[in-house]
Amino acid sequence: MIKFILRRLLLTIPTFIALMFVTFIAIRLVPGDPVEVRTGEHGISPERLAYFRHELGLDQPVWKQFFDYVWHLLHGDFGVSLSSNEKVLTEFLSLFPATLELSIAGILFAVLLGIPAGVFAAVKRGSWFDHTLMGAAVAGFSMPIFWWGLLLIMLVSEGWHLTPVSGRIDMINFYFEPTTGFMLIDSLMSDQKGAFLSALHHLVLPMIVLGTVPLAVIARMTRSSMLEVLSEDYVRTARAKGLSEFRVISLHALRNALIPVVTVVGLQVGGLLAGAVLTETIFSWPGVGKWLIESIGRRDYPALQGGILLISSLVIVINLLVDLLYGAINPRIRHGG
Amino acid sequence: MAAETVTHQAAPAGPLSAFWNAFSQNRGAVGGLVILLIIIFLAIFADWVAPYSATEQFRGMTKLPPYWAQGGDPRFWLGTDALGRDMISRLIYGARISLFIGLSVMTVSVIVGIVLGLLAAFVGGAVDSILMRIMDLIMSIPSLVLAILVVSILGPSLTNTIVAVSVVYLPNYVRLVRGSALAEFGKDYIIAAKVAGVGPIRLMFVTVLPNCLAPLIVQAALGVSNAILEAAALGFLGLGAQPPTPEWGAMLADAREFIRSNPWIVTLPGLAILVSVVSINLFGDGLRDALDPKLRRS
Repeated sequence: MIKFILRRLLLTIPTFIALMFVTFIAIRLVPGDPVEVRTGEHGISPERLAYFRHELGLDQPVWKQFFDYVWHLLHGDFGVSLSSNEKVLTEFLSLFPATLELSIAGILFAVLLGIPAGVFAAVKRGSWFDHTLMGAAVAGFSMPIFWWGLLLIMLVSEGWHLTPVSGRIDMINFYFEPTTGFMLIDSLMSDQKGAFLSALHHLVLPMIVLGTVPLAVIARMTRSSMLEVLSEDYVRTARAKGLSEFRVISLHALRNALIPVVTVVGLQVGGLLAGAVLTETIFSWPGVGKWLIESIGRRDYPALQGGILLISSLVIVINLLVDLLYGAINPRIRHGG
Repeated sequence: MAAETVTHQAAPAGPLSAFWNAFSQNRGAVGGLVILLIIIFLAIFADWVAPYSATEQFRGMTKLPPYWAQGGDPRFWLGTDALGRDMISRLIYGARISLFIGLSVMTVSVIVGIVLGLLAAFVGGAVDSILMRIMDLIMSIPSLVLAILVVSILGPSLTNTIVAVSVVYLPNYVRLVRGSALAEFGKDYIIAAKVAGVGPIRLMFVTVLPNCLAPLIVQAALGVSNAILEAAALGFLGLGAQPPTPEWGAMLADAREFIRSNPWIVTLPGLAILVSVVSINLFGDGLRDALDPKLRRS
């Protein structure tokens, strides 16, 4: 097991180096003078240009610039945002809890609905529930979620006045300092009546929008994995032993069927962050996705560079954890390949 | 390409009819194919089918509802947008753009994917490791974030959308081709071909490649729908096709402010995206079941 973990860890090192290289190259490929791109100033005087060239290390050879860049990254220096003059890492970390809260809610929504729905569809194979669910699943993972979000706002917020249109909480009535950055937890700790409900209200629609595609994928995967397992010998044996149908399905079948589902849930993480960019934009959710899009609009390249690096690193780490988890629950992977 | 694959698999019944027999058992897939053919027809013959041009503005005719709704005008079936442009014409021309993006992305990433995948499989060693690490990297950056990175460097436009989305989906094809090529290597016919003195290029493209095509075709079909979705998302974020191009995602972005007053302007472009993506996905599922029994889901 330790050998497996070590090998998997070593494999991510070249990926990280390549990632740093790509973001290093990317900002160089932006058309325009590199100093202007990085300082956001235009038509600056030759003296200032020379000053910045030196300041930014652009007068050094390229390989040295890359090593300097990596050196800075390893010390947590991801550059300074042009628009806010704040450190990119600080800005990212202050916005990230919002994205994390939304993503966790979205994946929970998908898992908690998707797995039971998939199991039920497999057990009742060919029933109307099965057909409806599979039809809905095709629509679900074909869904342009930015439209789905607008549609839900139109129906639920504008039509039925059930949920707010944007933001994380009712900012007029509630205010408290963020302690964890998770609005649901902060609002509970704030002792302000109704704050938690308000936060929950704001979370519902974005959660559904972000969770829709993973929900469809998880329901489909659970169903097909479950169907495969249900025809296995050990399930027949369990039935022959006279176990109740509930025990057969939940204990013997589901536990084995969940192995591929765990991988699929893990694979959704990258897609979840991509979806968060769209969801946050639609619901004005103050997370890193919205910030990234706004950075493009402001031509804030250092923020963009740092943000993309941080998000991708996060996905690499999560994929690593999923792989390790997969190894832990599936002995064949651990010992085999 | 398709016919060639089937020739290798099919019984004397005739490759195409055998394929159709398998494919037509899946009612969803046939439905998907029919809708897809209608969309393709509309896209190709948009100049004749669409009642107006996609950019012609009618004065005093802005934000009309569909003709059956109150205040609708029978000259504009699905109403008009905020600038008085005919909605149905824009949607029809939009089909052309979306299909064009989907097919271009698919073609680019399939061709590059085949070349790189076969290269990785045949050359092996350092080339293989480096290529696969690069593909790992591309896969580890969230698709939309990667597309945003590419577009923010190249600038927003239709062509750059195609480049960006092609890069995003490249690893799928490289890995698929490499994997299936490696799986073929140990087989007798490859050894026989080598003994007969077949050169490496011929071995790659003529001997091995046709046997890897079935999963590739399935992946390519599903890749078209992903590309359409991704491109529409970029358009929606203002990073794809620029106005007045009638791209569905960009149309949605324009319509956002009318969500309260004119819901149909928001509803229609998204519905167009959903219907075309669903039809391609249903068709792709059917292809998978018919072409590639190994991948069949129960």
